[in-house]
Parts: sequence; C-alpha cells; structure tokens
Amino acid sequence: MWHVLSADQELFRDTTARFLRDRVPLSQLRKNRDDPAGFDAAYWAAGAELGWTSLLVGEGDGGGSISGQGAVDLALVAYEFGRHAAPGPLVDCNVAASALTGQAGDLHRAVLRDLLSGAAIVSCCLGAAPWQRAGDAGIKIHKYGDGVRISGAARPVESAAQAGHLLVTGFSDAGMTQVLVPRTAPGIQVKPLKSLDVTRKFAHVDFDDVRAPASSVVGAFGRADQQVERQIQNAAVLLCAESVGAMDAAFKMTLDWAFERYTFGRALASYQALKHRFADMKSWLEASHAISDAAAEAVAEQSALVAETTSAAKAYIGEYAVELAQDCVQLHGGIGVTYEHDLHFFLRRVTLDRLLYGTPSEHRRRLAAIQILKEGAA
Amino acid sequence: MSGDIETVEDFRLRARHWISENLGPIQPEDQNQNCENDHAELVAVARDRRLQRKLFDGGFAGLCFPRDYGGQGLTPAHQRAFNEELRGREFPSRFAVPTFSPCAAVLLEFGTPEQKRRHLPAILKGEEVWVQMLSEPGGGSDVAGASTTAVRDGDSWVLNGSKVWTSRAWWADWGLCLARTNWNVPKHQGLTVFILPLQQPGIEIHRIERLNGESESCQEFLTDVRVPDGDRVGEIDAGWSIGTRWMYHERVGANSPYVTRPLGLTSEAAEGLSTVAIARSAGRLDDPAARELIGESRTLDIVAHELQRRLAAAAASGKGNTDNSAIDRLFRGVARVRQATIAFDLAGSAAAAWTEEEDDGAGTPGMQFLMRQTACIGGGTTEISRNVISERVLGMPREPSGDRNVAFRDVPRGRKPG
Repeated sequence: MWHVLSADQELFRDTTARFLRDRVPLSQLRKNRDDPAGFDAAYWAAGAELGWTSLLVGEGDGGGSISGQGAVDLALVAYEFGRHAAPGPLVDCNVAASALTGQAGDLHRAVLRDLLSGAAIVSCCLGAAPWQRAGDAGIKIHKYGDGVRISGAARPVESAAQAGHLLVTGFSDAGMTQVLVPRTAPGIQVKPLKSLDVTRKFAHVDFDDVRAPASSVVGAFGRADQQVERQIQNAAVLLCAESVGAMDAAFKMTLDWAFERYTFGRALASYQALKHRFADMKSWLEASHAISDAAAEAVAEQSALVAETTSAAKAYIGEYAVELAQDCVQLHGGIGVTYEHDLHFFLRRVTLDRLLYGTPSEHRRRLAAIQILKEGAA
Repeated sequence: MSGDIETVEDFRLRARHWISENLGPIQPEDQNQNCENDHAELVAVARDRRLQRKLFDGGFAGLCFPRDYGGQGLTPAHQRAFNEELRGREFPSRFAVPTFSPCAAVLLEFGTPEQKRRHLPAILKGEEVWVQMLSEPGGGSDVAGASTTAVRDGDSWVLNGSKVWTSRAWWADWGLCLARTNWNVPKHQGLTVFILPLQQPGIEIHRIERLNGESESCQEFLTDVRVPDGDRVGEIDAGWSIGTRWMYHERVGANSPYVTRPLGLTSEAAEGLSTVAIARSAGRLDDPAARELIGESRTLDIVAHELQRRLAAAAASGKGNTDNSAIDRLFRGVARVRQATIAFDLAGSAAAAWTEEEDDGAGTPGMQFLMRQTACIGGGTTEISRNVISERVLGMPREPSGDRNVAFRDVPRGRKPG
C-alpha cells in the first residue's frame, strides 16, 4: 500500500521528530530570531547523521534510502520539518546532493561527502527555471577559455551566507547549465535579506563575472535541462511535504482551540458556521496529504506522470496550505497574529514554501503546457 | 470465496486480452450519458444492456460479487485492475450508478438469499436497471424524514406517497425504496426498505425538466402500490441501519469496488469538453491567464483522483472512518463547481449564444455553468457533507434538531398556520 509505512520508515520518521522536538522547540526558535544563521552547525551535522541529506544519494556515493524509495523517505523528514517549523536548508542541501550524486569530478565528490556528513552546506542559486524564457533568466553562464563565466543574480537563496558552495543554475546559449562554485570565489557577493521566516535566512547573491573551471560544471555544459527538471521535482516533494506538516500542526492547534474556547456560553466547535469551515479545511488537508504522498511516490518511481503530479502538488498545496493557515489565524482571532502565539511559525513556513521553486501560477502554467502538448498530439 | 484466487496480474493480462477483443472505443455518450432525444436514449439503454451482458458472458461482470449470485468472487484490487485496463473503452455506463452502487451493493449487504438470487444475476446480465427511491418532495437532505408510507395488509404492504430526483426512472426496471412503516416512534426508528418494479399501474412517473432542458430526473407518485412482504429488505422499522450504509454506497458511487468504469475518466472528460479545446476555440491558448486556468482545472482533476485513492486505501486497510467518504464528496463538489466556472471563463462571450451545430461545443460551458451547483447538490449536498465531516470525523457537537426523541407524527413539517 503506497501510503502505509514500514516499521523502518516509522522508526526513521519518529527519530527525526524526537530530535527536532528536543533540539529546536518553538521556544528556542523564537530566541534564534536574531541569529544570522538561524541554527547552529552542530544541529545540522547531527541531523545529517540521522540521514537528512543521504536519501537521494546513491549507495556508491555513500548515501542510501530506508525503503528503496528515497523521495518517499525524504518526504517523511520534510513533513516533520514542517510540523516543527524546523530550521536548516533541508531543501537546498538535498537538491544539491541529488545533483552531485553520480558525478565523477573530484570537487563534486568532495562537496557531496561534506553534504552527507553535514560538515558543509550547499545553497541553490536558481538563476534560471524551466518555466522561464532564456531571456528572462537571472543568471547567464558562458564558455570562457577552458572554463565558464557566470554573471547575474539570484534571490532569494537560502542559507547562502552559511554555504561552503553554491549550485548555480543559469542559461547559456546552448541551454541550461549548472556550475558548483565556492561561495567565496572572486566576484560573488552575498547580501543578507530580511525574510518572512523566523529562522530560515535568505540572501541575494550577485555574480559579477565569476570564473570557474570546466571541471566545476555539473553534468554537461548547456545540457542541464533534464537534471534541473528532476531537481525541481525533488524540491517540490520536499516543500509540499513540509507544508503538509505545517498544515497538520496549524489545523490541530486550531481544532483544539475550537473545543477549548467558549463564547456566548458555547464552545466555538458548536457553531455551524465554524464547523463548516473546519470541514472545508479538513478537505484541503486530506487532499494535500494525498497529492503530497502521490508526488513523492511519482518521483521515487520516476513514473510517466511525475512532472504533472509534482506540479499539481506544488500548485494545490501552495494555494491551500496558505488558505488553511490564514483561516486558522481567523478562527483564533487577535491572538492568532501575535508573536507570542505558535501559529505564525506555521503560517510563515507555508507562505515561504509556496513561493520557492515555482509559485502556484508557474506550476499551473507548466501543467497547461503539458496538457496542451498531450491534446495537440491526440 | 474459495481459497485460490487468480492473482491480480494474471487477471489483468486476461482482462486486457478480452477487452481488446470484445470492447470498442469509448463513445461520447458513455462519458456524459447525454442523448439528443428519448428515442436516442432508449437506443443507448439497449446498447448498455448488451454491453453488460457481454461482460457477463465474458466472465467479467460483478467481479466483487460472490459466485453464488453470478459474480466472480474476486477482490477490489481485481476491479481496480479491470477499470485500469478499461481506459478508453466502451462500457455500460448506465449500470454504474445507481444500479451497482448503491442499489446492488445494498441488496448484497442486506437482501435475503432469495432476493439476491433473483436480482443480482439479473443485474449482472444487464436485465435489470435499478434506481434509488430515497429523496422526497418534503425534504432532500433529511432523508430519514421520509413520509412515503407503507401499511401492512396481510402478506403484503401498501405504499402511498411520492419520491423525487430519481434519475432515469421513466425507463428503469426496479426501485429500492425507503418508506415509513411506523409514525409513532422517532423518525429513524420507523423506516423500512422495500424493492418494487417501477413500471406498474400504481406508479405514475413524471419527468422533471431541468433548466438546461434535460429531463432525466423523475418524480414518482405511488398510489396503493402493493409490495409482497418477500420484497421487504431487512427487518420492519430497521430501515435506517440500511439507510446509513445505503448513503455510504451512494457517496462512494462510481468509485465503489462494485462499479465497472474506466479509470481516469476525469471530470473534464465526463463533461465532454476539455479546457484546452475551449481555450483553443476562444483563440486564447497562448494567453498566460488562460493557461493558468487550464492548469488549475488540471490540478483539481489530479488532486481529486489522488484524494479518492488515499481515502480508498485507508478504507481498504480498515483504518479509515467510513464517514471519510464525505471528504471526497465535499472536495469533488467544490472542485467541479470551480471547474465549471473555469470552463465558462475560458469560453468568454462564445458561451452566451451559439448555433445549433455548436450545441456540443461553444454551448456547453455556458449551460454547464448555469447547472454548476448540481455538483454540490446531487447525492447529498455539500452542506450535509460539512456537517458529517465536522461532527463525525472531527467530533464536533451535533446540530440541535427538532425531531430527536419525538414521535415522527409530532415532528413539525412546515410553518404553522396563522
């Protein structure tokens, strides 16, 4: 059964859940608001030891999954990240790990080893995306002598100030290209940004004619379209599972509140107008679980429908996770918009996740393009 | 069921071969059951009966029905495999709902061995199309408030009253009918289920014209209709225990393991017109706003399918709350309303007026928009699903009601005069 977990998977998920509960309770996250990283290196290394960064990496490279379906296992971790509003660049490190596994270059193998151990972080600079025209790309990559030149900018880039390396995606005349560069390479400037989240920190990264050797290209120059597509699918699985975890936390908190809070001598849960809104939220929540699980399964199996399923997940959850979180705020009333209350951690989480790796609009247009292609051929 | 059941994969290969040899491509009418006129409808009905018979003769009818009643004694996984293999093929669409689910499912669960022997093989052979006589003019959602009355007279019962919103009753064969047998107890405790042939002198069938010109729904007036006691289903006055299962099977509808229907018939396909086709004829295929709408509609199709799969898997594993089907019902209703709006928006002014030749093209999105709320009304309103979800899935307090613990004859049924 596709959504029934094995004992190993349950143990794996519960271990991460316990770790997050102990290490990064919401009371701690509140205090980390002014920390420039939002988390400490020991936390991330301990998480990597639990397997957070190894699930999309081949066994030959030192990775491996619990169930044989790495994306499904990773979605379990992401779900717990959402449920605990946990800090740390889970999405980017896994996207980078999935890009680097199977690459033969010395640089790529060394960075992948550090990703797996948690000793280093890689941030993704998505300066070009499959839903963009080449002319609209934020980053251009050109051949230059024996190497490449990178120019342009990417934002928002998660944990860029903490990253050892950057996985840069840009358009070249030949097509999409990906390059792995040290964050401290000449010409790279990282400007911290303010962001909606309390503990996830983002930056604007400028590339001013940054030079990199040919050996730093990931895959083949100008031929990265397919690998970027797979990375976007991986990111969608992570972001969707994370949002579903945050939805579950916000919904449970609000459901409990509806039973506890009395007004005009009755529990909120007794008003039909409110009951019906909880019913709507429950249908969004179950639908989000369903499409999130389906996306993880489709990526793990590389099914024929993987592009559609992941985009549908990102489009649906992007919209309804935020709707649900805002409705939870409304049902709490004024307390729901205070910093003291826990609800905002989950509202922030789903709001940010909605915008990363393709907005609902962008994913809807991707779905339309696929559908038009299908029906044009019919 | 015997111990040795054919594996799903062996069965799938056998089904694939048989389907390719015996069934033609799917027809538009299989998807939307729209016929130009009554004559065409009756021709289509005859074809559906032949198709159902073909399935029966091929050993593929009633996969999840016991062999004793003409079925194949297989599992929901076999039915799912068959439905997957049936993609793009013709099928007896008028038998799916409500004949197989809820009617045959209710008979299988609650009928006497004699009732099952008489009717289930006949259904599987395409000889009996059933309808559900559930709603009444006096109340749609309050099904247990039925006032069609059955009075015992010797070895039989005499039924009087009226049922409504019965699709296709004007040509169907049998009805499953909920009637009141006791007015002196609270409403849920005085109901009994009967089965009866529809085409008989005591039943007058009126067709209800809907705003789009269709008249598939009917209202039946029962006057002294005599039903032998052998056609009573379940115990006297215990009809509500059947009724709740009946409505479960109704909510599951086309997704029931008793229903043969090609998998992946999306709601767009079911409505007969794709958003891509609508945008193309409106010349808007390159408009990013139109593409967003196409993608949104496709998203809802994909999510609805996955939600149904998730809930079915939970039900099959025994972990699901049976009231979870209300979540599927609510999602589907709201999604289809949105999809009707999307199609209408994509069509633009072409949806306002059209030529006769464009009836199945430009005219469709406008008419479907006018009819869009049926997706949230038919088969139990979405308001009732919201009650079911909040009360029985989330455990919130029940709505106050004026009919609990009151003899049904004393329950207010309208505004008091004066």
